[in-house]
Amino acid sequence: MPIDFADLSKEELADIYTKMLRIRKFEETAGTLFAQGLIPGLIHLYIGEEAVAVGVCSSLKQDDYVMSTHRGHGHCIAKGGNVNKIMAELLGKATGYSKGRGGSMHIIAPEIGVMGSSGIVGAGIPIASGLGLAIDVKKTKRVVACFFGDGASNTGSFHEGLNLAAAWKLPVIFVCENNLYAISVPMKKSTPVENVADRAVAYGMLGVVVDGMDVIAVHKATREATERARSGDGPTLIECKTYRFRGHFEGDPKGGGVYRSEAEMAEWQKKCPIEAFRTKLIESKVFAESEIEEIEQRCAKQVEEAAEFAKNSPYPSAGEVSKYVFASNSHGENGK
Amino acid sequence: MRTLDFSAAINEALRQEMTRDENIVVFGEDVGHFGGLFACTKNLQKEFGENRVRDTPISEGAIIGAAVGAALGGLRPVAELQFIDFVGCNGAMDQIFNQLAKMHYMFGGAVKVPVVVRAPCGSRYPVASGAAQHSQNLEAWFMHVPGLKIAVPSTPYDAKGLLISALRSDDPVFFIEHKLLYYAQRMPSLREKYPSLLDDVPETEYSIPFGQASIRKTGKDVSIIATMMMVHKSIRAAEELSRKGIDVEIVDPRTLVPLDKRTIVDSVKKTGRAVIVSEDCRTGGVAAEIASMIVEEAFDYLDAPIRRVSGMDVPIPYSPVLEGAAIPQEEDIIDAVRGVIGK
Repeated sequence: MPIDFADLSKEELADIYTKMLRIRKFEETAGTLFAQGLIPGLIHLYIGEEAVAVGVCSSLKQDDYVMSTHRGHGHCIAKGGNVNKIMAELLGKATGYSKGRGGSMHIIAPEIGVMGSSGIVGAGIPIASGLGLAIDVKKTKRVVACFFGDGASNTGSFHEGLNLAAAWKLPVIFVCENNLYAISVPMKKSTPVENVADRAVAYGMLGVVVDGMDVIAVHKATREATERARSGDGPTLIECKTYRFRGHFEGDPKGGGVYRSEAEMAEWQKKCPIEAFRTKLIESKVFAESEIEEIEQRCAKQVEEAAEFAKNSPYPSAGEVSKYVFASNSHGENGK
Repeated sequence: MRTLDFSAAINEALRQEMTRDENIVVFGEDVGHFGGLFACTKNLQKEFGENRVRDTPISEGAIIGAAVGAALGGLRPVAELQFIDFVGCNGAMDQIFNQLAKMHYMFGGAVKVPVVVRAPCGSRYPVASGAAQHSQNLEAWFMHVPGLKIAVPSTPYDAKGLLISALRSDDPVFFIEHKLLYYAQRMPSLREKYPSLLDDVPETEYSIPFGQASIRKTGKDVSIIATMMMVHKSIRAAEELSRKGIDVEIVDPRTLVPLDKRTIVDSVKKTGRAVIVSEDCRTGGVAAEIASMIVEEAFDYLDAPIRRVSGMDVPIPYSPVLEGAAIPQEEDIIDAVRGVIGK
């Protein structure tokens, strides 16, 4: 049986591989910089989950929206974000996407549709519905992809956001990145259904479970969801079964091994989405190994440059600590 | 010039601005077909359609969250909380203080979030008993969160002008409406007691800038700083006090963020005495903030300690006898003013 590449062109497949690898390299480097003490805050790495962000974003157009999460570097990179600006933000530099005001959990890139990320689990879900409302009112035919984790599916925000989107048939694709653990608590201890997607029925919404380690499977599910959304058929809940190869945050003891068995972690490592996709690309002879290696070298170089850019960038000026509290100037003395 | 009540003034501001700017949308509980519990959105759905004026589920987190998202998507949403007390319901508060208030800042100015949250507050004593969960004054909560502007209009004229400013602002605005102000038209007894509740409101569009207090009455002996319904109670108290030869000045800040410190401070420097009247609970309240600001800015001008006339630190009770005791009344204002004057 021929390998299914969802009718994607060679160029598109190269882009998918590049984005996944760029995320991986970026996150590994961020982990190193964190270990070196160069990142002043907490970071949550996306390693292991690359197929989800890239599978979803490769189905979106440039002006479609994305709502990201605390584990959000991968979403921004997958949507076409600038790695220099993300890295600089992680280091708290003035050249970061949020000018050093946000950090790892508050990355935004409106010019490519990344409309922010939140450190509050589930909070992006009703906001995504609001973006869907804007599309609906303005009739722009865009869609919103809203990322969140399995933990977020237990929040009230999940219920409120999905209910509103379904009630108003808003063009939102709810993407649950189910990495099986809400920080340290396994899903089976917190969530009384086997699949988060099973909850879609409560909103009269289509719920789909996909292999979150298979970028093409995620791409196809998302493409179908975008078609439904653009034709006015409302939202879809896509659950991607995935796994984070690192801890919840950098510094999580034993890389999350306190609450996960070594055997389980090793089992999932074997399903590495990047290696799996690389093998397929070469086996199918769509790419020669040398072409793949070229992509790999390019990604490594880009990320190296991003780290240098971030390190060499200036910090924001302390005198500007109050800048951006308000957008308008007429905020009087209180806004100074 | 026509006389309008508070609800009608708000309705007119919404209608005129929605006509001017098609990006303004209105949503909340019962705001569409029903026209809002206090009639502020009456006929808007009929005029602007269900696309722009929407009834939401009872889902405050979705109402505010969707307003945040809609603003990010280029709309100017007006989200109504049916009662300000409901700000604590479901996911609403997180959306307000972790998302709405902070987004412009934490994203380094990359996005603007021009949401107007309309929220009725306050005790309806003696018109109706709302009890503990439908009567609160929570404006101090929002003063404590950088990034939110807060309007606290006391008159129909101000309500229209401030709401038009809010709808043209690029910042999130909490637009707080004291419920007793809604009742002036339909409750003759209330109107007779507080004639200042009705107002001449121009039919034309006009805006009132945020951060500009209004001096409701000039006087030389004591400065009263009062907001919303307390302005009207203070006006009535001032009439009583003038019969005793005490001449009070009444300053209505109109917006709490930004706060027009200059007008307040100038008034206190002139009179040498300050009484702050605010219906919210005393501890950690609006009056506490204004009092400490006056101490910082005008201590040397004070001839007497500042007095606060505030709501008691109790949940709003149901029985009118108890409710009346829990919130500031004219007699409390009179006592406080006489206290700082010493006669």
